[in-house]
Amino acid sequence: MELFGLYHYWVFAMLLMIGFYALITKLNLIKKLLGLSIFQAAVFLLYITMGKIEGGTAPIFLEGIGEQLYSNPLPQVLILTAIVVGISTTALGLGIVVRIKEEYDTVEEHQIQEIDLL
Amino acid sequence: MNEIEQHLPALQVVVPMLSAAVVMLLKPRGLAWAASTAVSLFAFAIAISMTLVTLDGGTLQYFMGGWQAPYGIELRVDALSTLMLLVVTGASSVALVAGSHSIDSQIEVERQPLFYAAWLLVLAGLCGILVSADAFNIFVFMEVSSLASYVLIAGGPDRRALPSVFKYLVMGTVGATFYLIGIGLIYLMTGTLNLADLESRIHEVSDLRPVLIAAGFITIGLALKGAVFPLHMWLPNAYTFAPNIVTVFLAACATKVAIYVLLRFDFFVLQSNLAGHDLQFGYFLMPLAILGILIASVTAMFESNLKRLLAWSSVAQIGYIILGASLVTEAGLTASFVHIFNHALAKGALFLTLAGIGFSLSRMTIDSVAGIASRMPWTMGAFLVGGASLVGIPGTAGFISKWYLISAVASEGGIGILLIATILISSLMAAVYIWRVIESAYFGTLSNDSSQLREAPLPLLLGAWTAALANIYFGLSPDVPLDLAQAAANILLGNL
Repeated sequence: MELFGLYHYWVFAMLLMIGFYALITKLNLIKKLLGLSIFQAAVFLLYITMGKIEGGTAPIFLEGIGEQLYSNPLPQVLILTAIVVGISTTALGLGIVVRIKEEYDTVEEHQIQEIDLL
Repeated sequence: MNEIEQHLPALQVVVPMLSAAVVMLLKPRGLAWAASTAVSLFAFAIAISMTLVTLDGGTLQYFMGGWQAPYGIELRVDALSTLMLLVVTGASSVALVAGSHSIDSQIEVERQPLFYAAWLLVLAGLCGILVSADAFNIFVFMEVSSLASYVLIAGGPDRRALPSVFKYLVMGTVGATFYLIGIGLIYLMTGTLNLADLESRIHEVSDLRPVLIAAGFITIGLALKGAVFPLHMWLPNAYTFAPNIVTVFLAACATKVAIYVLLRFDFFVLQSNLAGHDLQFGYFLMPLAILGILIASVTAMFESNLKRLLAWSSVAQIGYIILGASLVTEAGLTASFVHIFNHALAKGALFLTLAGIGFSLSRMTIDSVAGIASRMPWTMGAFLVGGASLVGIPGTAGFISKWYLISAVASEGGIGILLIATILISSLMAAVYIWRVIESAYFGTLSNDSSQLREAPLPLLLGAWTAALANIYFGLSPDVPLDLAQAAANILLGNL
């Protein structure tokens, strides 16, 4: 089945869209951040799966063991950085939500807009 | 000298980044400001010395940790990078030197070390984007600068800064993630992240769908970061509610650095390799640029809050930059880059004067500035010069970039007439919205409780006039930015 042989791309695309949908439609700021996290996690999966080869192992060279099939480690290293960036973004976003809650006493976007219009 | 010179590209990033950590610990009053100003001026000096190299047609290369490209991370500084570095480090330096009083009045003293640390991280991130020749490195620096700039904007005195910065955070992260998807797909197809290496390898796979999708993701993501119409919705509020001095810094350079990455990717990496990419790029962005110029200018005409008025004007100016680039000609790109430089000068001067007015007036609207020119003639004088440059009056920097833009579109045949009309109409609209402020400030009647009104503090006044005089200087002798812009256009079009 060619269609499902590349199933990790389907997972990537579906997670991406679920996250994006939550980001756009949810009015609760924390749910928006959840959507953002799912959205980013989808991209992490895209990177991590692209380096994997079936039967591939860690790229460590040992005496006595000849040439081996190994998975590309670079995408994993890259995405380690991107995960850190993603966590910082979520943390900062939650920090801002806490401050919004202190100032406006709500985390619902439409209520904040109503308060600002007053 | 040569020994140091070869390390300049790395020092440009490393110095502000490491000193951010130190500045955070400098609790005594004023020390954090002094240290970060010194660092910013040092970064500006590095940018100038690298510009001297690139003006002669040179390119600085630096391999991090001694690992050769394309395996290691390469830093590469050419004419385009130095033009942008001058804008970024210059805007940061002028804003910091001029802004200590303004920051004192808007940020609590005990939080100031953290504020300056975030400022230096923005500076380090923006410089990092500009010197990097590695697609993933650019992403990391983009997020360093963005996250730190969210912190800076959230420091604004009005609580409405918080929802605005949340919106900016969400949209900015979506933009950066789109870019990440794009380079992921390209990496999947080519196995490299070094821009020059990508450029030489991508043609082997250029007709495959992932590369085309990647081009779309990268263009949209960076357009979101760069506030290209209609993806600009985060910009007006973020600029309006940020602390006054932060607006000076970010308005002058933050969106333009994203546009720099957009242009570098679309021209340097993709252009020569994807069939029909120039047409796709031009036809996609040109209508957006025209709509952005017109709609944002009209919105600015009817806006009464001065900071938001100038923020909408920034959206229109980004339209000019994109318009020049969407012609995909050397003249068009040159006009774009000159406009990046000149618009930073004009907006820097304007926002610095607003920071000065902000001392006397907490609400800055067209009505509340009525008649203030009689009490603060020097402050409003700088506004007048900056405004003239924004409109494009001959003798100011703004005129130079409009002139180059019009001569670039004039050679486009039929559609050129439409584009010239767009530029002229929007210049008239800029004259209208600047004039509304001038008219109110110079000919309006002063309100009764005007005892608070006085000139901006001296450093701020000097900063505003430095920027204003730079507008006139680069309007009369525009050789340096023009040479750099010309060289930058040639680099992007592959003529060098």
